[in-house]
Amino acid sequence: MRVTLWAALAGLIMMTSVAVTAAADEVITMSTTTSTQASGLLDILLPQFTEASGIEVKVVAKGTGAAIRDGMDGNVDVIFVHAREREEQFVAEGYGTKRYAVMHNDFVIVGPADDPAGVRGSGDVQEAMKRIADHSALFVSRGDDSGTHTKEQQIWRLSGVPTEEVGTEIVKGGTPVTLSFVVPADSEGWYRSIGQGMGKVLTFADEMGAYTLTDRGTFIKYKYGIDPPISLEIVNEGAPELANPYGVIPVNPEKFPHVKYDQADTFARWLVSEQAQQLIGSYRLEGKQLFFPDAIAQ
Amino acid sequence: MILDSLHSAFLLLVSWDAEMIEIVAVSLRVSCASTLVAALVGVPSGVVIALNRFPGKRLCLTVLNTLLALPTVVIGLLVYSFISRRGVFGPLELLYTQKAIIIGQVILIIPVVTTLTIAAISRIDRRYRRTALTLGATSVQMGWVILKEARFGVMAAVIAAFGRVIAEVGISMMLGGNAKGFTRTMTTAMALEYDKGEFVLAIALGAILLTFAFSINLMFHFLQGRIRGDDV
Repeated sequence: MRVTLWAALAGLIMMTSVAVTAAADEVITMSTTTSTQASGLLDILLPQFTEASGIEVKVVAKGTGAAIRDGMDGNVDVIFVHAREREEQFVAEGYGTKRYAVMHNDFVIVGPADDPAGVRGSGDVQEAMKRIADHSALFVSRGDDSGTHTKEQQIWRLSGVPTEEVGTEIVKGGTPVTLSFVVPADSEGWYRSIGQGMGKVLTFADEMGAYTLTDRGTFIKYKYGIDPPISLEIVNEGAPELANPYGVIPVNPEKFPHVKYDQADTFARWLVSEQAQQLIGSYRLEGKQLFFPDAIAQ
Repeated sequence: MILDSLHSAFLLLVSWDAEMIEIVAVSLRVSCASTLVAALVGVPSGVVIALNRFPGKRLCLTVLNTLLALPTVVIGLLVYSFISRRGVFGPLELLYTQKAIIIGQVILIIPVVTTLTIAAISRIDRRYRRTALTLGATSVQMGWVILKEARFGVMAAVIAAFGRVIAEVGISMMLGGNAKGFTRTMTTAMALEYDKGEFVLAIALGAILLTFAFSINLMFHFLQGRIRGDDV
């Protein structure tokens, strides 16, 4: 009995070690945003890429800020994110070799069905944000330095609502720097910054009956793809300011000689290839198109 | 929702779902490895600390007890700063691997194993020690005798440590990165399903984690029972 149990225990450990070591020869690491993973798009794309190239992609999903950070520290071989200006800066500063425009979707403003701030019919997005602020209606912010959070701060600035910067002073490389975020002024009563991923922000806003800014993909997933669904509805959409482009950038081997640049670049090029672009364009969740390919004409 | 979850958990277990097996395998492998390493370090340290008198022993115990309260996020950040590419151990390519999780978890549970071992040893009657010494035992031999006497307590220490790591999510997420097929453990998978709003699947994975934890503890329980039976 005792021997059998010890053998079972040893067998268990052995089995687990064997199960895990069976992986592809070539593996690259990619930091990406939670939206590409949570939407299910990567589950469609990556197996096809591995089949086409023999390269396996190890995915670490975080907010865009953290994903770019991973690239700047050389912790990953490639990043796949959505914050265009920051991506261009990433390339300009030499951390990445080239930004490939892969696809886009758009942001929408969602809120409770009874729309207490009367945002529906507000027309442009500036007016929508103004109405939320004027009514001091509850608004939930990602507050996590993600692509969506970057976009939200841009829109508050554009809206003409008085804003203020809240910052924390820290020391980097011996010099003091301020990490700051833009929030609407005097908004303690109605602005909630929760520092979570998109999904959690949507369920949080739903529970609180609040407004929030979300990418359309994640919203569709939460509105039609889960049970029970959230009851939030789109109250403003379509403005050019709400475009949400995704780019893929291999990390620069001149900065970090250890990165697997060739494989990372193969992956980036594959994402803008005919095959991948068609997969992106034909991906449907609950019958709705989530992403629109940018590299080929549809 | 709970009923749905239990039903889904049952279906996943019965169908022996390949993805689930992989996640469970990663969890078990990582947790077993870190428990093993922590036991190899923590048990001898516990024995040495418990059996010897030295200046600063009280301080040492206080520090160990404080470390029991170390949050996983702090360990995660600390290890991250060392093994990130910009860190001292960057060239070892440890970040986002199972080894990274193991390193973090070992730091997490060494204090658990050590303090509980000290407690187990301290409970052993002093007369054992004296008898062993009068019979001419060296300090190593004495340590071994006492350890054998305290084996149930020490085993409990190791089981507690295993429970801590298999249930832990902060370190696995920060250092492992929840990469599917590489570092996705049961707890990080649950966090992801929660993030995706798939609460049913998240709770189902929770039920599976408990099932495996239960079977492993059951196994230990029988092992202990056998050993005790032999002696009596």
